[in-house]
Amino acid sequence: MLADAHRREWGFVLAATVRVTGDLDLAEECAQDAFARALVRWPVDGVPRSPGAWLTTVARNRAVDLLRREAGLRSRLPLLVQDEPAADPEHHEIQDDRLRLVFTCCHPALAVEAQVALTLRLLCGTSTAEVARAFLVSEPTMAARITRAKRKIAHARIPYRVPAGPELPERVDAVLAVVHLLFTTGHTAPSGEALVRDELLDRATQLARMLHALLPTPEVSGLLALVLLHDARRATRTDEHGRLLLLSEQDRSRWDRAVVDEALALVRRALVAGPPGRYALQAAIAAVHTDAASWEQTDWGEIAALYGLLEQRWPSPVVALNRAVAVGLSTGPQAGLDLLDRLGGEPALATYPYLPAARADLLRRLGRDAEARTAYEDAILLTENDAERAFLTARVRALPG
Amino acid sequence: MSQYLVLIYGEEKAYAEGGQDLMDEVMRGHDAFGTTYADKVLGGNALQGADTATSVRRDAGGGFTVTDGPFLETKEAVGGYYLVEAADLDDAIGMAKAIPSPGGGLEVRPVMVFA
Repeated sequence: MLADAHRREWGFVLAATVRVTGDLDLAEECAQDAFARALVRWPVDGVPRSPGAWLTTVARNRAVDLLRREAGLRSRLPLLVQDEPAADPEHHEIQDDRLRLVFTCCHPALAVEAQVALTLRLLCGTSTAEVARAFLVSEPTMAARITRAKRKIAHARIPYRVPAGPELPERVDAVLAVVHLLFTTGHTAPSGEALVRDELLDRATQLARMLHALLPTPEVSGLLALVLLHDARRATRTDEHGRLLLLSEQDRSRWDRAVVDEALALVRRALVAGPPGRYALQAAIAAVHTDAASWEQTDWGEIAALYGLLEQRWPSPVVALNRAVAVGLSTGPQAGLDLLDRLGGEPALATYPYLPAARADLLRRLGRDAEARTAYEDAILLTENDAERAFLTARVRALPG
Repeated sequence: MSQYLVLIYGEEKAYAEGGQDLMDEVMRGHDAFGTTYADKVLGGNALQGADTATSVRRDAGGGFTVTDGPFLETKEAVGGYYLVEAADLDDAIGMAKAIPSPGGGLEVRPVMVFA
């Protein structure tokens, strides 16, 4: 129960407490105290009707207490810049301040890796040790990164505020980029044993839902749809031994239909609202996959066209690679290979295992088995994911000769 | 309100190649900036070129070494600065965007406050 409350309420409690303390560290300390107090009180008194409000009140009272007792004693960072100073905290209505918090954490004046770390830590309550594990750095390194970011917020006076006017779309993009990065990191763990880091995916989904509830713009709908569409397929991405299953091998009857339907409605909303953004387009691609009764019946022409749109406005080697794969499936393997060959010298893809893996598949379908074997072997050398390595190795074994 | 130093970085070559036209355009930009933010600009200056810079470093023996050239050799050199007053970093960044910096950019640094 408390773990559940922690997952759902941490960001809310912390964001509301920051409004009183004007100090991220102190707010974290008080929010932690509130959860510790709940651990003692709730089994005795029962779970309060509104756990978030209960926890926030306790955290804020603790903050007021500490601020009174230690006035002048603590050497603290400069206070966060806020629009209106928090009113008397004991009688102050508890607002949902999570949007302020997320815009502060994802401020472009902070390094992207610091934005991601702060968002996980402050909005999701993820421990520094867990954040460090997710991004493959040591705990002291991650702790130093978080401390440095908090110092910059205080000293450079990054405001605790939802940006307004022309600034807003740009800043929303920065927030979405952080959530998307969490999602992609969780979706395919860059290395290690488990293909999916469920924890990160859950956090990304939760953040996307929160953003959408508080700021339902088309591009936020697009990102939430994208995250949900992949989430709906999560259980079918690996078999019981953790082996990666291709989209063509997944059991489509096990996709979570309720989640898919929710996501499809969001995609439609994002697409009719005007020229689609990058996440809406990616969600549309995922939606075409989800719509198909089988891999064979997938509308690859539509997918190639959507990747084409994506490539026009947001060109990237990875998008070009995906378009080549879709063209290979709609027009034919030679057409796909022609597009892929143009990417051969792309430095950004030099260590990207999916390039040789895609090449290998096209070569195999063209019957050029020897070249396919070499390309599979290149991909095996590059992948750091055990499940993917096992998949590629099986493909090499299946080649004739 | 806080103070920020906005350092203007640019490629001196771009100014040399741009000639009088570019210079006039940049000066008009600075005039406009100064008018728009008259009560928030505390000071500022353009600097002579980096080829006029002199670096003074402490040496191992406790003395000084004086050398020709800027402290850091970079393609873009500091060509000027403003000291501005802003409510927060977003406000300061908003002001910085209004400062001309053809072929270069701006660095916004909060001024340290000693309590």
